[in-house]
Amino acid sequence: MVSKKISDFKPSRRKVLTGMAAAGATTALPGFVPFVQAQSSEPIRIGFQVHRTGIGAAYGRWYDRTTMAAAPVINDMGGLNGRPVEIISEDDGTDPKRGAEVVEKFATHHNTDIAYGTLFSHVVVGSAPRAGELKMPYFVVSEGHHVASGMLNRWTLQPGITDVKSQVQAMAPFVADNLGKKVTMIFPDYAFGHDHRDFFSAAIEAQGGEVIAKLAIPPTETSFTKYFPQIPRETEVIYHVMVGPAVLTFVKEMGEFFGSARPEIFGFIDSLEAVDLATPGLEFLEGTYFWEGMPRYAQENQSEYDKFYRAAIGVDNNGASVSDPKDVSTFAHMFGCWETLHTIKAGMEAAGYQGTSDRAKLVEAVEAMTDMAESQAHPQGAKVFNGKTHQVFGPQYISQVQDGRLVVQHKTALEDGFYPDEVDYTTQSF
Amino acid sequence: MEFGPHLILAVLEGLVQASVLTLTALGLSLVFGVMRVVNVAHGEFFMLGAVFAYWVASWMGGPAAIGFVAALIIAPVLAGLLAVACDWLILRRLDYDPERTIVATIGMLYVIQQVTLMTYGPDAHPVTPPFNHRLAIPWFEFTENGFEFYYPWGLSTTSYKLFVIFAAMVARMGIWLLMAKSKLGLILRATQLDGETAQAFGIPVERVYAFVFGLGAALAAVGAVLIVPIQQAHYLMGHDPLLLSFIVVIIGGLGSLRGTVVAAILIGMSNGVISVFFTPTLAKILATLLVAFVLVYRPQGLFGAKPA
Repeated sequence: MVSKKISDFKPSRRKVLTGMAAAGATTALPGFVPFVQAQSSEPIRIGFQVHRTGIGAAYGRWYDRTTMAAAPVINDMGGLNGRPVEIISEDDGTDPKRGAEVVEKFATHHNTDIAYGTLFSHVVVGSAPRAGELKMPYFVVSEGHHVASGMLNRWTLQPGITDVKSQVQAMAPFVADNLGKKVTMIFPDYAFGHDHRDFFSAAIEAQGGEVIAKLAIPPTETSFTKYFPQIPRETEVIYHVMVGPAVLTFVKEMGEFFGSARPEIFGFIDSLEAVDLATPGLEFLEGTYFWEGMPRYAQENQSEYDKFYRAAIGVDNNGASVSDPKDVSTFAHMFGCWETLHTIKAGMEAAGYQGTSDRAKLVEAVEAMTDMAESQAHPQGAKVFNGKTHQVFGPQYISQVQDGRLVVQHKTALEDGFYPDEVDYTTQSF
Repeated sequence: MEFGPHLILAVLEGLVQASVLTLTALGLSLVFGVMRVVNVAHGEFFMLGAVFAYWVASWMGGPAAIGFVAALIIAPVLAGLLAVACDWLILRRLDYDPERTIVATIGMLYVIQQVTLMTYGPDAHPVTPPFNHRLAIPWFEFTENGFEFYYPWGLSTTSYKLFVIFAAMVARMGIWLLMAKSKLGLILRATQLDGETAQAFGIPVERVYAFVFGLGAALAAVGAVLIVPIQQAHYLMGHDPLLLSFIVVIIGGLGSLRGTVVAAILIGMSNGVISVFFTPTLAKILATLLVAFVLVYRPQGLFGAKPA
């Protein structure tokens, strides 16, 4: 009898008190952390500059999925400083001009607290000055060396992914020792590719090797065979890094060019991000090496953090979407989004961030960070942040294609990627 | 790479480019010749051909060859039908006015591109070629033992690329037969020569226009289906073919099919050869420069008729 039950329920004062205590105890349990009532329970708005269209679209799709998976995880942990995080996405078309407009729109239209998430280096370089003028903290996930080079400003930070200079410096010894000393480089002809060209050339020379030819290819190119005859015959190692929608064509045509007489090949997985390694025409890659920011295929010694991270985004052990095994992720890069968002959380909490007037405090709090332990927040590995150059340093992975899977052969140490500071952003005024 | 093998490779690459370019440019030239419409959306029909090919091939499943053959038939038909619909819905209502159709086709360009982005998505997808074998090409040299053949490093092509060159030749032959030998070709040529008189003789000019617009789009789509196993289907892939087709059509003479074929082979080959020996940027610079010279010194194009 429903009515009887209701009428029977007359809570005594004691019962209410025990009930409240129990409720209080539950809040202390992990996994049930309601938002601590801060001064405001308004969400913290993070403007997410995403390459939804244009040549960066494949990365954009996965940066988006990673971000949208990280946000609820962060909210379950109590949000940012007790306030829920809200992601506001805007497409920048992988276009520098549109990028600056998007940053502007975050500031004036969406009133976001910060801007975040840009990958392609030309978009970062195009957007960062506007973020600086608007005094908007701008957290990029780009790999470009432009942050640490001192080219940008105090408002731009890269705490989630290592820059190219550090990556290639860490890996050059492996290339020189195991693959060969005469290297031909193939890279996209814009800022990111030029970083590879300049820093790898220097790094391999430091190892006693040399770059004997440099092939710059426009990132919008669609056919590549015409470039390959420029590869000198005496090449021992091909170093390739390519971006854009035609990456698969690039790698396939490279295989067709060499046939069975290929030199050693060391590629950045960028050349095959979001591409299934089982695609017909890629068989020749068996035995070649790739840089990976984070191993696409779950390795034998997979950490619990890697497991949690994959499950949260919905990525299987082959780095593809759990709902569609053909939908391969940009696994080597997108961890940067996850880690950057967690770093933003840590920074906001350290700064006691309340609103846009605390933006400078947030930048200072992130600048004060140093060690980041391997954890659920940093599944790619332990890192060190350099507050002066606004750049993080992390481990790099070198994997070999074995039976159509990437198997990690070497993990670099953090120190392998260190280089002298080129800028001290902390001396700049806000 | 030595000069001889290098040149062979350059010529082969140029031929593949030229083959696809002739088909695309023929479509543009045909539409302009018969309808006097400058179709700025032509590159998007090329792109649609590639996207439809991907859809058909992945929907068919099964062996790659079956999917490809189905795509080669279905994709151009679909692109052509869509173009016919555009003609009936838009161009016909503008009375094929030259200025207004340019603006209308610019609009079509963006609508087609954005709808593709919304449905097909921003990613590039490959179509598996029906067959693809690497063919090493022998070269000769004179040694102490006399004349010898050997296989130079990197000198190769694929069976599929040779097929593209061959298939484009067949398609060009088909167009020539259609235009020169069939009754339909006679009607098309009559309409091209003088639309009003043709109408007076009972030719349903509006239907001819719709057919030509569809045929032009279908030709671009055939080129795209041929190239999509080498490159990939992507919603922005229409830009380059449009630009190159315009270059070809201007050099060859607007509306002249013979001029279009000659100019396409010239531009495609020089593009390939210059790209291989120098840079692709230089190839584009030279092609654009040639357009400027043609426009200044021979505005009707190499094979175009002088305006009356």
